[in-house]
Amino acid sequence: MSGTDLLDGFDLAALPGASAREAASARLRAGGWPTRRDEAWHYTDLAAGLRGFALGPAPAVEVAAELPEGQRVVFVNGRFDAARSTAPDWVGRLGGAAADTARGGVVVALNTALAEDGVAITLAPGQQGGTLFLVTLAAGRGETMPAIAPRHRIALGAGATLTLIETARGEGSYLHAPVFEVELGEGARLNHYRLQDESGEAVHVATIFAEIAGGAGYESFTLNRGARLSRNETHARLTGPAADVHLNAAQLLNGTQHGDVTTVVRHDAPDCASRQTVKSVLAGAARGVFQGRIEVDRIAQKTDGYQMNQALLLSDEAEIDSKPELEIFADDVKCSHGATIGALDPEQLFYLRSRGVPAAEAKSILIRAFLDEALEPVTDEAARAVFEAAIGAWWREGA
Amino acid sequence: MPAVNETIETVDRISGGGYKFGFETNIEMEFAPKGLNEDIVRLISAKKGEPEWLLEWRLKAYRAWLSMEDPAWARIHHPRIDYQDLHYYAAPKKPAPKSLDEVDPELLAMYEKLGIPLNERAALAGIAVDAVFDSVSVATTFRDTLAKAGVIFCSISEAVREHPELVRKYLGSVVPAGDNYYAALNSAVFSDGSFVFVPKGVRCPMELSTYFRINARNTGQFERTLIVAEAGASVSYLEGCTAPMRDENQLHAAVVELVALDEATIKYSTVQNWYPGDAEGRGGIYNFVTKRGACRGRNSKISWTQVETGSAITWKYPSCILQGEGATGEFYSVAVTNNFQQADTGTKMIHLAPNTTSTIVSKGISAGRSNNTYRGLVRIMPRAMNARNFTQCDSLLIGDRCGAHTVPYIESRNRTAKVEHEATTSKIADDQLFYCRARGLSEEDAVGLLVNGFCRDVLKELPMEFAVEAQKLLAVSLEGSVG
Repeated sequence: MSGTDLLDGFDLAALPGASAREAASARLRAGGWPTRRDEAWHYTDLAAGLRGFALGPAPAVEVAAELPEGQRVVFVNGRFDAARSTAPDWVGRLGGAAADTARGGVVVALNTALAEDGVAITLAPGQQGGTLFLVTLAAGRGETMPAIAPRHRIALGAGATLTLIETARGEGSYLHAPVFEVELGEGARLNHYRLQDESGEAVHVATIFAEIAGGAGYESFTLNRGARLSRNETHARLTGPAADVHLNAAQLLNGTQHGDVTTVVRHDAPDCASRQTVKSVLAGAARGVFQGRIEVDRIAQKTDGYQMNQALLLSDEAEIDSKPELEIFADDVKCSHGATIGALDPEQLFYLRSRGVPAAEAKSILIRAFLDEALEPVTDEAARAVFEAAIGAWWREGA
Repeated sequence: MPAVNETIETVDRISGGGYKFGFETNIEMEFAPKGLNEDIVRLISAKKGEPEWLLEWRLKAYRAWLSMEDPAWARIHHPRIDYQDLHYYAAPKKPAPKSLDEVDPELLAMYEKLGIPLNERAALAGIAVDAVFDSVSVATTFRDTLAKAGVIFCSISEAVREHPELVRKYLGSVVPAGDNYYAALNSAVFSDGSFVFVPKGVRCPMELSTYFRINARNTGQFERTLIVAEAGASVSYLEGCTAPMRDENQLHAAVVELVALDEATIKYSTVQNWYPGDAEGRGGIYNFVTKRGACRGRNSKISWTQVETGSAITWKYPSCILQGEGATGEFYSVAVTNNFQQADTGTKMIHLAPNTTSTIVSKGISAGRSNNTYRGLVRIMPRAMNARNFTQCDSLLIGDRCGAHTVPYIESRNRTAKVEHEATTSKIADDQLFYCRARGLSEEDAVGLLVNGFCRDVLKELPMEFAVEAQKLLAVSLEGSVG
């Protein structure tokens, strides 16, 4: 798909906020989908992944799903489903159009051009939001590939707290390209848990921008197990002193799936800490990608940055590509990263087998143990249950 | 914190000492006109009396170069280089001398000043020195001893004349003529360089050494080095350089190719101390080098060790292609940048065959307003069963105006391969500094000691003569901090 006809299937002029959409779509048309020639997309060829698919607007459809108990917001093909949502009053919706943002690349430009809906969460200073589920459902049943591009906004006032559990599921072929804009006031805490369990034919490209003020904490864990092609790109910026961020993720991929976890943590204030643990388990001919960059500004003294990324290759055709970067301009810092790639340890397998554990179970025990470090910060019970179920299902479906 | 301030001052003062090896020697030069075109390539080839195939090879490289863009992906910044404003051929006017007696006394005096008295050093240290003065080799020693062992060690121009079949077989076989922008440029206009051939089963009886010199103003230098170790052979090669002080930026685009056959070992060590520019970032050498080794044979081994302290800009990625089963690649590097220096350096380890192993140890030290980047690639291909890589990249920051960056690419396509990578960035620890100071070491000595300790894993890989020189170099970098 060339840059010029990317948006041919859309009537942007008919949507509100035409000027922002125009500007963004001009950028998208000029750049086209990223290819491996774009350094930020060196290991994920989105252009190739979308080649041969005609994008079109996402139609209003009904998608059946089992919904979680409690506070929840349901989106179907990018539209708010009021009937099935049980949203508290601090949850609103994107009004009309998303503001144009200079941040991000063409995927964000696509989102700006197409965004019509999205959740807008605003917590007042000190407000305790409890746990909120964000259920996104999608379906691609027609000739064109629906482009679903919600713009979500989460703003927590000083000292406010929220646990957001997002699950993305669907059927058929579609493109889900959500953008999250997270803003945390001083001392606020957001636990952001995301399960990407899209349809096996879908393409999922999520972008998360998080601005974290002094003393605030952004705790995130993402599990990638669905979609034929997926990318989760997080840009976390620590803007005030003593803030902290956890960007953990795990990927469980099989068949010919391609999964990409990309993070950029920017330390723009002193005394902040960032922690990242990303684990990939790759079976079949799956390909996993991890790109992580820690940037430390000159003023961000006493930064403590840590990044660990590990991959297990379970088959002969699986592939992992990893690019952990450090970009450091302050001297009084402690930054490190580590990466390991390997197979399941035969000695550990032997240990379990010799104690009577069947081979398949032994493998699953070891893989579960491998993932544990990434899952560790997920303390919320509801979130844990979601992830444990997804990991169990992946295993049962035959890793 | 006074300790920190003192350290910063120390580093500021490093430049105050000035560049120790900055002076110029006046030897009459014979220049080709400025600029680059096919005629210049033909002229270089003709001046060297090269055979037709080599001229064709150069022209092919030149045409490839014309169609290429200079790479923009490295973290380096410099004004656009006007390739038409350079001389591509410069040689001392006198014909090449047959013995040391014939060597220009002024040249010998220059080596004296650098602390490398050719004859003495060669005699004392037992090292054969193929000294490259600009473009033409002017002195080669210990040829007899090497000849007895069957080792060929000569300038590449001489090798083209005396051993054309060997040169033709291996030249460009590791770094093809059109490999990258600077390699293509080098292939088109390479002036001279060293050629080493160690035949089957021979252990080279001495460490081979070449001192590269850049001397003529406005003369880009395009060295070409080719080292071949046949089955079971082994050789250790030392490369070191210093350059006179000058204001204009100088381009240096060398190519080094190594070929190791079955069970062969090549150890290539570099101490690079070219003029880094002054404290304001004026002048200095642009060092854009392509170094690559092919481990073609079973259990062959190529080991790169480098200590990079000089040059305004370093763009250099000594790499290993592990083609033979059980082959080993190693990369040990210390890169020091100060003032406005920029270094973007690292390695590539390409694992193609089963049971191949590679080790990368990189130590970067940034001070002043410099930027120091490690950029590396480890790639495990599907056939590389049980391949193994270990990578360690550490960066040390001295002062808060510099930058340290790590950009590793790690790609594995084999389940049985094991890859480990770790990287750290920190400053000199206050407690370590305090420990040394409490035991009566001056601030400068303490920093020197800690920096040497930080680099130890790399320095210990250097041959003894070089290890001493390298430690001295690091010490020179810390010079001027007393009082």
